[in-house]
Formats: sequence, C-alpha cells, structure tokens
Amino acid sequence: MARAMWKASLRLRDYELPVKLYAAVEDRSVHFRLLHAKDHVPVAQRMVDPATGAEVPGEEVRRAVELDRGVYVVLQPEELAKAAPLASRAIEVTRFVPRDHIDLAWYSRPYLLGPDGKGEEYFALARALEESGRYGVARWVMRGKRYFGALGPREGRLALLSLRPAGEVVAVDQLTVPAGPEVRKGERDLAEQLLSALDGPFDPGLLKDEHRERVLELVQAKAEGRRVRKVQGAAPEPTSDLTEALRASLRAAREGRVA
Amino acid sequence: LPEQREAPVGRAIWSGSISFGLVTVPIELYSAWRRGDVSLRMLGPSGSPLVRQYVCPEEDKVLSGDEIERGYEVKDGEYVTVTDEELERVAPGRSRDIALERFVPRDAVDPVFFTRSYLLMPGGEQRKAYSLLAAAMEESARAAIARFVMRGKAYAVAIFADKGLLRAETLRFGDEVRTAKDVQLPEPEEVDGKTAARMAARVKELSEPRLDDAELRDDATEDLVAVARRKRERGEDVVEVAEEEAGAAPAEEQGGARVVDLMAVLKERMKEGAGGRREGRERKEPAREGHETKDAAGTRARSRSTARAPLAAHGSKAGARGKARRARRAS
Repeated sequence: MARAMWKASLRLRDYELPVKLYAAVEDRSVHFRLLHAKDHVPVAQRMVDPATGAEVPGEEVRRAVELDRGVYVVLQPEELAKAAPLASRAIEVTRFVPRDHIDLAWYSRPYLLGPDGKGEEYFALARALEESGRYGVARWVMRGKRYFGALGPREGRLALLSLRPAGEVVAVDQLTVPAGPEVRKGERDLAEQLLSALDGPFDPGLLKDEHRERVLELVQAKAEGRRVRKVQGAAPEPTSDLTEALRASLRAAREGRVA
Repeated sequence: LPEQREAPVGRAIWSGSISFGLVTVPIELYSAWRRGDVSLRMLGPSGSPLVRQYVCPEEDKVLSGDEIERGYEVKDGEYVTVTDEELERVAPGRSRDIALERFVPRDAVDPVFFTRSYLLMPGGEQRKAYSLLAAAMEESARAAIARFVMRGKAYAVAIFADKGLLRAETLRFGDEVRTAKDVQLPEPEEVDGKTAARMAARVKELSEPRLDDAELRDDATEDLVAVARRKRERGEDVVEVAEEEAGAAPAEEQGGARVVDLMAVLKERMKEGAGGRREGRERKEPAREGHETKDAAGTRARSRSTARAPLAAHGSKAGARGKARRARRAS
C-alpha cells in the first residue's frame, strides 16, 4: 500500500474508527524558479526591517495582530503557544449534513482515507454516507495546523476534503445581486437550446492539460535556440448582436462545429 | 465619497471573456477567497512590519520585479527563461478567453477537483449576454467546463451560476487527483447487515438539516484576537505604525482577497451600461493557486507559488478588508 501521510481516528461522538490519511493530489504543473534576469542566479527571499534595511533573523521576528490599520498588538511566544491547536489524532465529525449544504467555494484540497486495521466498519461508514447523501463536517489538527473538512464517500471508500474556514470565503448567498437587464423569451429559448447542444457528462478524464507539454516544448526549443510557433489566437470581440450570435452558434453546434 | 476612500472597490485579478458558441461575454475575475478577519503580521525588533525582499545572492543586491524572470532548469544550474507572453502564445485557443467546452449537470461536478474559488463579474458595457448565460445555466442546473490560460499557467475551470452571478472553481487536471487504486486502498468489502445498520444509525444520530458556519470557525485565531484586544486596553505591547509603513507589510500577509469589497463591485459592475473604468484596474497580483501555507504563526513561506511572488510584492497594496472587519472597526 502507498504510504499514509498521517494516522488518525475518525470520531463520531464517542465512537472511533482508526483510519490512515493519504494525499489525493499530485501536482503535475511545470514549475519555474525565480531568477535574477541579469545573471540567471536563483533569487533568495529575506524578511527585512524597512526602518533599518537589515534582514531580521527568524528568532527575532515578533508576531502581532493588527487590530486597526497600523495598530498592532504584539503577542508573546507563550500567548501564541496557548492558542496553538493541540496535537491530536482525532478527526472529529460534528454533524452530517446534505452534501449540497456545503458551499462549493469552500472546497480546497482532497485526501483519501483508508482503513487502519479491519475494514468492515470503515466500509460500513462509506456505504452509510453514500446512501444518506450526506457529508460529515469535520475538524482536525494535523502537523500543528487546524483543518476543517467534509467527509464523504468516494469510490466505495472515504475521502476527506479540506474546507476553507468560514469568514475567508465570500458568501454568495449573502450578496445581493442587482437584477440584470430583461432577457427576451426568444433569447432565453435560444440560449437553452445552445446549452443543450453543448451538453455532456462531467468526465475528469477530459480535463487534460494540453498546455503542459507545449510549455516543455517551448523550453526545449528555446534551449536549442529554435523559434516557437505561436498557437494562440487573438482575443475575441464582445458580441454585439446577441440573438444573431445565438442563432449562428446553435447552427454551428448542431453541425458539430463548436465545442 | 469619504466612504469610498475608506472602502475602495476590489480589483480584478484577471479580465477577459467567456465564450459559448459564438457568443462572447466580457468578464472580470475576482477572488472569492479573502484573508481571514484576523491574521498575524511579522514585526521586527523595532516594531516595524517586515517587508519581503528578493535578492540575488551572487551580487547581494535587492531586486525589483522587473529584474526577476522565471526559469526552467534544463540542466544542472542551467536555466531557460520564459515570459508570460511566451507561455500564453503557445496555449491553444484564443487569448484571454475562457471558451466553455461543454455544459454538464451541476451536481456531477466533483469537488475533489476544486482548487480555488472566483467570482466572475460582467466586464463590458453591456450585461445582457452575461445575464442570459447565468439564467440559462441556473434554470437548467448546469455547470460549464472550460480551460484557459491566465498569466502563463493553464487552468481548467467549472463555472456555476447562482442568483444571476457566475462563479468559477479552478479544477485540478484529471491526472492530478489520485484514485483509490493509485493509493492502493483495499477493495470495498461486503458489509453485514448488522454493522451497516449500526453505522447508518450513527450517521443519522449526528445528522442535522443544515450546516452551522460556527463549526468552520477558527476559534484559536479568534482567541488570539481576544487576547490582543485585552492587551490593547491595558496598553500592553501596542505598536502604532504610520499608514505608509503599514502598507508595506509582506505581500504574503496582504492576502489574495483582502482588497475585495464585493458588494461595491457588484453594484458597480452588475448594471447595464456599467464599465468603462476597466483600464488599469486589473490587479497585477497572481492568482494564488493551491493551498495557502499561512500557518498560525504566519511563518511558512509559500513554496511553489513563490514563482510569481515578486510581482505580488510590488503589486497594489491598496484595498479594503472584508465587511465584517470594517464593521467591527466602526463599532
């Protein structure tokens, strides 16, 4: 089995289920380093006191809360330590809610959970979640950091999706969106037909990064001193005649020329 | 007007268009993530907020944004540098356009792929095509899937419509999410009826009709603020910094969405005939991808995403915090 990054225990009130946590993300994007343009030396970062221009070593850095703009209260190490989350193996599930009550904007990073020991109760929980359509709302402390998450079923197993804390996401349902311009029924019908014509399943297999390879080709070509052909087209103009654009799109979509 | 000075409108991270079929809708992208109501700042021994600098270790010289390039290591210590423009030119599709490839049932979009959240505001003079797209998507409970390139990096996105507003979740690519098989999780087992019933009962017992946001609150950070408030009343460890200096705090802690006062943006952008002030409003800060590594102590540096950090360090610092924070300050 792949190596677990953390051993934990799912806690539903006084019931505990031992689990292993695995990273579910594999970053495949092309990474660059920051270089000094002149000599191509990788740049270093440092934290500087603007008053003196001198670098401040880590042990001299003080942490402060900004209560008003420009007004800081310095926190002493013991005050910070007191507020630091306590290390624990528990992933505490506080409640189960219908899946669609978890705002899409909160999701941040997925982990897979595997059973630690016998699997029966683990698979029973995966099945119970699948059948109820609910996700567990969870919190835990991993490597000194507080996490919030959603516990859900995935491929017959369990997954834990970390969530951004409340207050750090703009709540769309609390925004009042001004009413838009009136849309004619004819336009609306055309738009709906167009959406239907471009309808398809959500297939992650189709989410391919075609750019990644081209970037590597570009780098290779530049290393060899070759020129690279431009692929990207010009930015499109905003639509002026909406109805006509919709009609033309629909014709094209039906002939399979679009998307 | 003083009110506006107090709360400058948010800035777009990116502007471009969405196209579906032959219809093109100008949009601006805003982060839906903001810095928390509270965050720790780093101060030096003299009490000044620290600034992050980029230096060339060879020359021991502080570098400005335009002295920094991105390089790909082709051999040990040998780099090929590339610009955003070059990276964008080799991208398929049209420049600055999010071409909706297909519409899928909204519920089918798997949040496992989500990386971060954005709001898409209408960007042009007219709002009709935007409203039409949002209404059609909302009514048919569909989301749109698209790919585009922003600042040299390719993204897949799922676009959702809620209450007439379009929002985007950037997506991991298909090969960036591991399956149960990749991780070699055991095959699902048969569950006997009794165990299944017991577990279903446990889930039911903890089931609630809705989520309580309080469960997602970081109370540890709130405790720190309470401590700071008490200390301020006692006049203990209080440091006041000139406005100018306060604005020069590390970009990392300025946070991606601190600048957004979205209600103001909405009012400005979401009316017919809005716009005309797009020039120069685009924020030169990067869209930070992935998870932010701001920990409780605020110490950890960003790792991968530092590739673009100098731009952030030299980007705009102006901006308002979240509403909640301002409201609190006013009280």
